[in-house]
Amino acid sequence: MARPGPRPGGQESAAVRYGKPLVFLLCLLPLALLGWRIAAGRLGANPVEAVLHFTGAWGLRLLLVTLAVTPLRRLTGRGWLLRFRRMLGLFAFFYVVLHVAVYLVLDRGLAWEEIVTDLAKRPYIMVGFAAFVLLVPLAVTSTRGWVRRLGRRWQLLHRSVYLIAVLGVLHFLWLVKADLREPLIYAAVLAVLLAARVPWPRLGGGQN
Amino acid sequence: MPILKPPAIPPSEITPPAVWARRRELLKAALALAGTGAGLTLGRPLLAASPPGAGALEPIPNVRPSPQSTDEPPTSRDDILGYNNFYEFGTDKEDPAATAHTLRPRPWTVVVDGACEAPGQVGIEDVLTGFTQEERIYRLRCVEAWAMVVPWVGFPLGDLLKRFKPTSQARYVAFETLLDPKQMPGQRRAVLEWPYREGLRIDEAMHPLTILATGLYGQVLPNQNGAPLRLVVPWKYGFKSIKSIVRISFTATQPVNTWNQMQPDEYGFYANVNPDVDHPRWSQARHRMIGDGLFAPKRKTLMFNGYADQVASLYAGMDLRQSF
Repeated sequence: MARPGPRPGGQESAAVRYGKPLVFLLCLLPLALLGWRIAAGRLGANPVEAVLHFTGAWGLRLLLVTLAVTPLRRLTGRGWLLRFRRMLGLFAFFYVVLHVAVYLVLDRGLAWEEIVTDLAKRPYIMVGFAAFVLLVPLAVTSTRGWVRRLGRRWQLLHRSVYLIAVLGVLHFLWLVKADLREPLIYAAVLAVLLAARVPWPRLGGGQN
Repeated sequence: MPILKPPAIPPSEITPPAVWARRRELLKAALALAGTGAGLTLGRPLLAASPPGAGALEPIPNVRPSPQSTDEPPTSRDDILGYNNFYEFGTDKEDPAATAHTLRPRPWTVVVDGACEAPGQVGIEDVLTGFTQEERIYRLRCVEAWAMVVPWVGFPLGDLLKRFKPTSQARYVAFETLLDPKQMPGQRRAVLEWPYREGLRIDEAMHPLTILATGLYGQVLPNQNGAPLRLVVPWKYGFKSIKSIVRISFTATQPVNTWNQMQPDEYGFYANVNPDVDHPRWSQARHRMIGDGLFAPKRKTLMFNGYADQVASLYAGMDLRQSF
C-alpha cells in the first residue's frame, strides 16, 4: 500500500491526468458552497453552529472517501485509483483544520481557559481533538520524499488513519443529543470500509 | 426620576406585521441598489434567506403590554420561526418549519384533570377569549447553549389552573403534548418516548412569570413554535416549555419529564438556567444569542436566565447542583 502506483501509461495516465484536476475541483466544491452561504447570509439562525457542522461533516466524509480507495482498487483491479488517495486525504485534513479553527476562533472566541476545560472534561471534544492531532503527522509525511525516507515505517505510521476515523465517528456520535441516525450511518460506512481490509479466510476450494 | 418603567410597546404595534414581514425584501432591494459588493459585508441579518413559512397568521386582538417584558431587542421573527427544537417534526432545527404544516391547531381541546375539584376541558377559542392576552417579551435559553428573545403573547398559567380548583393534593402539574403520528410525523420514530411530557412544581406553575403562550409577534402561534398552546417558563431551559399541550394534570408526586427520562444525568426535573452547573457534555456559562452573527462572541449566561430576583426564592435552601 505504501508503494507508489505504477508509472502511468496509456489509459491509466489519461485517467490520472484528467481525473486529478477534476477530483481537486470536486473537493473544493464544499468550500465554495460554504463561501457562498456565508456571503449570501444563508447559514440559518445559528451561523457559527452551521459552519462548525458543515466543515466537520466534510472532514469526516472525505476521510471515509480516502479510506474507500484501497477497497475500491481491490474490487475493480484499477491500480491507478491509489494515485488519488493522497489528494483526498489532504483535503480531509484541510476540512478538519477548518473545523478546528472554527471551533477555536468563532465558537470559543479563543477563550483558552474554556477550551482547556473542554479538552479535559468533554469526551467528544477529547476524541475529536485526538483525531485532529493524529492527522497532523500523516499530512506532514504525505509527500513523496517522506514516503521514501520512512520506508516500511511510513505504512505503519499511516495505519493510524483507521484509529483516526474511529475517533472521528465517535466524536460525532457522542455530541448528538437523541437522534443517532446520522452518526450511525457514518459508523456503518466506516465498519464496511474496515471490514473490507480484514483478510477473511477464503471459503470453499483449497486454493489460497 | 421615574421609578416605574413606562409600559413596553409591543413590537407588533410599532410596525404592521405585513410591512414588518417584508422588511427583508425591502432591505434586500435597497442593498441591491447599493451594489453587489454589499453581499460580502457578511450582513447575515440583512441578507437572510426568505422566511420559512412566515406567511401572516391570524392576529390576536387586544394584546396588552406587560411590565414583565424585557426591553432587550426581540430575535427576528424569521429566526424564531426557522430554528426550532420540536422533535415531533424532525430532529434538525430546520425540520419543524418545513414539516409542521401537518399539525391542525383548530379545533383544539385541553383536558385538565387530576387533583382538582372541577376537572374538565377547555377549547382554544375559550382560552383566547377567556383570558386577557398580554405581550411577554422573554429571554429563552436553550439547554444547548443558545438563546433568543421572544415576544410571546399569552397569559399566566396560574389564571387557568385556578379555574379548575386544585386541591391540597395538587403539589405538581403535569403536561402532555398531542400524540398523533399523522399530525406529528416525527412521532413515527422512537427518538423520544412519546408523547412529550413535562412537569412543574405547583408554586412554579402558579408563578406570575409562568405563562401559557397562544402567540408570538402579535399573531397566533405558528405550528412549529407549539401551536395552539404552549408553556413558557423563562427561567428554565427551553425543553421545559412544552409545546402543543393537550393535557394538564394536577398530581401529588413529581411527574415524569421526557428528557429526564431519556438522559437522567444530563437533563433534570428542575432544569433551571444555571451558569455554574454544566451539562455533562458542554459548559452552560455562556450562550450564543441567535441573530448575533458569525463573528460575535458568546454572551454570559445569568442565573435563572436573568430572572433571579423574581424566582430565586422558590429554591431557597435547595442544592441546585443536586436538583439541576
